Formats: sequence, C-alpha cells, structure tokens
Amino acid sequence: MVLDQDEQSFTMTVTDNGKGMDEAELVRAQDPFYTDGVKHRHRKVGLGLPFVIQTTRMTDGWFQITSRKGEGTTVIARFNLQHWDTPPLGELPATLGQLMALGGDHEATVVRRLTGPGGSSSYEDKRSELLEALGSLEDLQSLTLLREYFRSQELELVEVTK
Amino acid sequence: MTLQELRAMREAGQKAMDRRVGGDKSIEIIVGMGTCGIAAGAKETLDAFVNELNSKDIRNVVIKQVGCMGFCHSEPTVEIRMDGMPDIIYGNVDPETARKIVHSHILEKKLVDKHVFDRPSKDIVKEK
Repeated sequence: MVLDQDEQSFTMTVTDNGKGMDEAELVRAQDPFYTDGVKHRHRKVGLGLPFVIQTTRMTDGWFQITSRKGEGTTVIARFNLQHWDTPPLGELPATLGQLMALGGDHEATVVRRLTGPGGSSSYEDKRSELLEALGSLEDLQSLTLLREYFRSQELELVEVTK
Repeated sequence: MTLQELRAMREAGQKAMDRRVGGDKSIEIIVGMGTCGIAAGAKETLDAFVNELNSKDIRNVVIKQVGCMGFCHSEPTVEIRMDGMPDIIYGNVDPETARKIVHSHILEKKLVDKHVFDRPSKDIVKEK
C-alpha cells in the first residue's frame, strides 16, 4: 500500500498478489450488491469499493481498478484535498496501526510519502518486521506501541517536509 | 522511533508488572471492522478501548479485528469474552460506550444493558 500526499491530493494505491479478477468480475466487484457467495453464503456484502468510487466521484478525485486473473489487483484512489466535500483523513497513526494488526499470516507493506513546502520524504514499514519486533500484533500493548510508532514516524515526516 | 526502539519498548513493557483483571485468562475484545463498522466509527471505538484500557492499566487483553459480523444496522459491534461473564455482543458501541464497557463489563462485571445485542443473525452465529 502506498499513501502519497501533497498539498493538493492524497493518493492511495493498494496492490495485492491475490487471485485477481477477469474483466467481468472486475465490473461486478464495483457493484455493492454483488458477492461471489463463497465466504458468506446467501448474503451480499462488499460496500468498500463502491464507497471509495462514490467518494472520489463526488469530490473531483480519481479512481482506477485493474486486475489480472491469477496475478493480483491494483486499486488507486486519489482524493482531492482541496474539495470541500472530501472526508477528513482521520488519525492516520491509529489507522495504520490497526491495519498492520489485522489478523492473518499475510505480509503487508506500507509506504507513506508526504510532500510539503520543505520537500518530500517517506517511510516504509513491513508487517513482518513489526511482528518480529513485537512478537504479537493482537494484544493491547502491541496495538498501543504500534500507534506510538506510527505517530513518531508521522511527526518526523511532517517535521522534515514543512 | 526505530524498529529497535520499538522492540526495546515492548520488552520493557513485558517486564513491567501486569495488572490482570478477570482471572488468569486474557480478556478478548473483538471489534467488527468491516466497511459498515468503519463507516459507523469502529476505528474510533477501537482507539477508545486502547486508551481506556491503558488508562486503567489493564494489560491482559487481546484485541481482534474481524470483518462484518452481519449486524450492519448496529455497528460498531464489539464482542467481549472473559472469565466470569457470558460472551456478549454489544451494538452501537461509540467511544463513550467503549469506556462504559471497560468500567462496567470488564471491571465491575455488570452488563451495559442498553447496548446488549440479543438477536444475533441466525445465518452467521452458530447457536451453542
């Protein structure tokens, strides 16, 4: 995941190496009422993508989803930070900590880049390295430390780019 | 903060005295973090749990983030599992309710009545 922010926009790029989708599936994935029915039988879930698409459209942003069957998917959403109706970013350190603490044995890499008046800087973190440093990502203390860790990275980023 | 510093803080924290609440077993807090949950404020709820538990020095807690639990109309939903209390799913848990759950359910072992979710979706939750 790459989070790239300057004064004009915030761009989120999420790439996975999962199952991927063919063109027909890709179109259906953007439909809030479509579900493949494997994980949740008889239920229709999947509001995430439609919400992102709706938000970028409403606020003069940009959205793209591309995929290759068997290789993976890339979602790019660019939010226009100058638009009145763009939702606030929220507390990024807590969000990143929660994201890294999501259960499972997957790898996840986050690259966060900020461009300000003083130039551009970035940091990068891998879930496996955080897990190795903390031992577990699910207990209260590790969640607290993750948040502190990302908070310190964000402060540094703001400091060097201001 | 570097990864080394993070590791050092973790080790220091583990050596510190634990205040264990509710018996030897860990308390499990399960937060629904599907789109419905997040849209309803689940990230802030989770953060409120982290803050409140830390402020009360309660350490033996496992926090799990799960997907949509099927109670989209009652998000954020949170399940609490701990010794001495039945497993309870709470609905509409905003940060203030999260703090109430820590005080009342976890520390005093009293249910937070108004938020107990008593009609789980039958197609997802298996009856015991």
